[in-house]
Amino acid sequence: MFENITCIKIGMSSCGVAAGAEELYQQLSAVIKEKKLPVELKKVGCLGICYAEPLIEVKTGDNPAVIYRNVNIETALEILENKIPSELVIDEDLEIKNQKRIVLKNCGKIDPEKIEDYIQNKGYQAIKKAILELKEEKIIEEIKKSGLRGRGGAGYPTWLKWKATKEVISLNNDGKFVICNGDEGDPGAYMDRSILEGDPHSVIEGMMIAGFATGAAKGFFYIRAEYPLAVDRVQKAIDQCYDRNLLGEKIHGSDFNFDLEIRLGAGAFVCGEETALISSIEGKRGYPRPRPPFPSIKGLWDKPTVINNVETLANTPYIILNGGDEYAKTGTDKSKGTKVFALTGKVKKPGLIEVPMGTTLRTVIEEIGGGIQGNKKFKAVQTGGPSGGIIPEKYLDTPISYESLQELGSIMGSGGMIVMDEDDCAVDIAKFFTKFCVDESCGKCAPCRIGTIQTLKILEKLTNGEGAPEDIDKLKTICHSMEKASLCGLGQTAPKPVLSSIRYFEDEYLEHIKEKTCRAGKCSFLKQESVEK
Amino acid sequence: MINAIINGIQIQVEQGTTILDAAKKANIKIPTLCKHPDLDPTAACGICIVKIKGSDKMARSCCTEIEEGMDITTHDAEITAIRRTVLELILSNHPNACLTCIRNQNCELQSIAAEFGIAEEPFEKILSEEKIDESIKTIVLEPEKCIKCGRCVQACQDMQNVWALSFVNRGIKTKIAPAAEFKLAESPCVSCGQCSAYCPVGSIYEYDETSTVWNALNDPSKYCVAQIAPAVRVAIGESFGMESGELATGKLYSLLKRMGFKAVFDTNFGADVTIVEEATEFVKRLRGGEGILPLISSCCPGWVDFMEKFHSDMIPNFSTCKSPHEILATLAKTYYAQKTNIPASDIFMASIMPCIAKKFEVHRSKEMYASGNQDVDVSITTRELVKMIKQTGIDFAALTDSEPDHILADYSGGGTIFGVTGGVMEAGLRTINYLITGKNLEKFDLKDVRGLKGVKEADIRIGEHDLKVAVAHGLGNVEYLMNKIRAARETGQNPPYHFIEAMACPGGCIGGGGQPRNVNDAVRNLRINGLYADDKNCKHRNCHDNPQIKQLYKEFLGEPGGTKSQELLHLYYRKREEYKSYRETDFLF
Repeated sequence: MFENITCIKIGMSSCGVAAGAEELYQQLSAVIKEKKLPVELKKVGCLGICYAEPLIEVKTGDNPAVIYRNVNIETALEILENKIPSELVIDEDLEIKNQKRIVLKNCGKIDPEKIEDYIQNKGYQAIKKAILELKEEKIIEEIKKSGLRGRGGAGYPTWLKWKATKEVISLNNDGKFVICNGDEGDPGAYMDRSILEGDPHSVIEGMMIAGFATGAAKGFFYIRAEYPLAVDRVQKAIDQCYDRNLLGEKIHGSDFNFDLEIRLGAGAFVCGEETALISSIEGKRGYPRPRPPFPSIKGLWDKPTVINNVETLANTPYIILNGGDEYAKTGTDKSKGTKVFALTGKVKKPGLIEVPMGTTLRTVIEEIGGGIQGNKKFKAVQTGGPSGGIIPEKYLDTPISYESLQELGSIMGSGGMIVMDEDDCAVDIAKFFTKFCVDESCGKCAPCRIGTIQTLKILEKLTNGEGAPEDIDKLKTICHSMEKASLCGLGQTAPKPVLSSIRYFEDEYLEHIKEKTCRAGKCSFLKQESVEK
Repeated sequence: MINAIINGIQIQVEQGTTILDAAKKANIKIPTLCKHPDLDPTAACGICIVKIKGSDKMARSCCTEIEEGMDITTHDAEITAIRRTVLELILSNHPNACLTCIRNQNCELQSIAAEFGIAEEPFEKILSEEKIDESIKTIVLEPEKCIKCGRCVQACQDMQNVWALSFVNRGIKTKIAPAAEFKLAESPCVSCGQCSAYCPVGSIYEYDETSTVWNALNDPSKYCVAQIAPAVRVAIGESFGMESGELATGKLYSLLKRMGFKAVFDTNFGADVTIVEEATEFVKRLRGGEGILPLISSCCPGWVDFMEKFHSDMIPNFSTCKSPHEILATLAKTYYAQKTNIPASDIFMASIMPCIAKKFEVHRSKEMYASGNQDVDVSITTRELVKMIKQTGIDFAALTDSEPDHILADYSGGGTIFGVTGGVMEAGLRTINYLITGKNLEKFDLKDVRGLKGVKEADIRIGEHDLKVAVAHGLGNVEYLMNKIRAARETGQNPPYHFIEAMACPGGCIGGGGQPRNVNDAVRNLRINGLYADDKNCKHRNCHDNPQIKQLYKEFLGEPGGTKSQELLHLYYRKREEYKSYRETDFLF
């Protein structure tokens, strides 16, 4: 009994904690203490196997670690007593088959609250290399070679953003900023939260690299306030960096100074839009403003500002350490590297996954996700959240890339991937995402402010059985004007769920209008009180 | 210079020109609802979209600068269809209340709907249920009609730095209102009315008091008198097809007589008195008498309200002189009443002002009752008078000139330029020079304090004194000067100025919140030129040279700054909280 076990890791990101990991940790910790066991109990971030939380990973002697699923204190004690409940063992190889972990390499492996763990895994080597060996030009060159594009969804080449900011002449480095956009808000998306909770140092290092490459001496983490654990862990990580002089003045003995602070988002989806986010940091209402000028030239407090998504930044230490060419070996022609997805919905094994660009949707859904729950029929997959579209079965063999998803009427987005089955109604899905946009439209520009609510009104008519034949055309007209005339990305992409569902499931729309039926059985055709007035 | 193509037409414009402005060069009008020529683009309406070759997105022409080689399409079937849809969406969120709207036939939304020939409403009507806010009784907020263009917010926040109005809530529930559900009366609003001057629709407007005037005119027991402010005479004509800046003083006198006013006075006379009092006060302070420098002008009630809310530490610097129309009203109900044997309580004084804040000023504190009655019974704006004129059936532009009641109407050039930024300073210095040196200035025109620059500074030597003066208009600019004075005070330095003129509205009163709309700097300049021309044509350029003023002091007031003046023509200040609703009686006793 208790022999051999040297280390137990407990997945303790927000989802693990929600499933009971915190309690489990306390109980296990008490047992280990009471019995004076030589076992290291470690908090780690998300292992990515969300359907099986709480998870523990047990290391015995020199053997490979074993991951157990759905562990409670009873089963945990059994495991401690070497009564291995084999039905709870997860085959990790199977889980990460088809995946490639660059961004998530430390997630679920290291204790995110310990900088030592990060450093032991090559942490802060990239910034050292950047400062001491590469210098500014070379860094941007490597990022260019890597082909890294913005992981927030739009896919703008990262090196171009950095270069633009770098090239603005500034007399001192106080005049430029780096912002990490951690205002993740798509329904069903939790990639950024998992990275911030599981490996905050990788993002800090990414920001430092961006700062050094562009000449910025100050960075801001913008994290939504609904992510308290992420905020807590990032703050701890920042404090640890200051303690070790990894942040502050004369980093690695060079002239490079870099300071970091956290700013909290106050619950507005639009603040994930970069210009609205900048307004919010400035202390103003989170309203987007027209671009150009782009933030890379005129951003925070009108100063040149690099603003990158969490996942984008987390990629950069790898690129600096291994070279842009190495990174570019993964992925497709135009979309390089990997992409993290939050795979949710009707799949058997929802989870946080990281796959090479070019992996097909079918591999993700059928192989990694384990197919559809309850032997139901697959209907569609929604990518890109409220800014994305739904993709039907006939396009499942599409390799994932920025371009391919756009051609299908969706977008890559930040990485939410919601799988739907035959019980889901195309009109109802469009209504769900439109309702989200109605609530989250900032109200600044007319096409989005009024367009979203008018779209919702029509969709409500359809699902209430009051649809008229001209409604589909009306929807298309409103959506087209929103795409073209909205000020920011929110309004420009808000019509995508509607337009893509009409594109692929127009027959269902017609059924709702003409026959007042819903093949998925979702729509009751009873008039409900309008959700929004 | 930038070369670009708009609708196939080669154009050349200066760098930094927006597509919207560049298109005008090619005689192309791109429709827009939110862009006002005077304000930064808010990019809110989405109607001014254009196509730029090489981009599949459409750009907002109001805020996109033209670049070398751009090939722009401003009108095609797709663009027009999108514009129409956006307009239909806006109309779906706006009541069909044109017939009973204050902006009927003078509404930017109505005009653009007409231009697009909107004939039906394809979308469900979604109207705001927010209530009208007329709590402040100077400005009315009617949220249902608001199209959220954001001009008023820009005026209130960026131009005036008052922040009474802001965007509240989001999405379709977005409204423009004071923060945290405060009513306007409880907000920092100083009633400058710039919001109402920029509102494209009937969502923000002056608190209408025309019926008070009509009722008084219909009341045989009332002896109705009126006065017109300097800035009214160069702007009112715009509403009747006259040129901006065209002087309508004589027409206004005729008009008011025809409307039934028994006597017609001119606020410019009051301005002359103000200057004589204020210059006397200044010289007293300069010579080490009571009070400190710099002396700050107090004739703008929006500014006074702003000061009492945000800069009450400047109270000791404030001139105690009342504003010209209050001075004139007090004199009408004392001096004039005595001379004509009309009981002051029968006199009904209507002030016709470019200003909305004066609606508040008329009962702001007990000094506004110096005659024993409320000195000004009602203050209406230029826009309200326009409305009344239209109801009288009088062809304003065709009116011939007539004479006012000279005893309270004859004015000097110094009085008339009160209506422009820098005018009070210029008139003041003319009289200060006389008081110090005993002589009039050789050159009356003080060019340094003229024009639309936000903050103007000048050095002038008068007698033994090297005076530093500054002029600011627009409360944001005024605040800049206050901060400068405060910084000097806090660091123990000498005050940076001797005399400061502050006006709440851009351009001074000619750009007042109650003036005819569609103002930009070009219009402001025309109005300004009108008043300077009036100054030049005046027989007397100095306030103190006005024979009627001399007679007033001789017969009635005694010495400038003397006991009687102090009693009737001066007032005092106190701090007001930014978020508090004051009862009207709070400052009366």
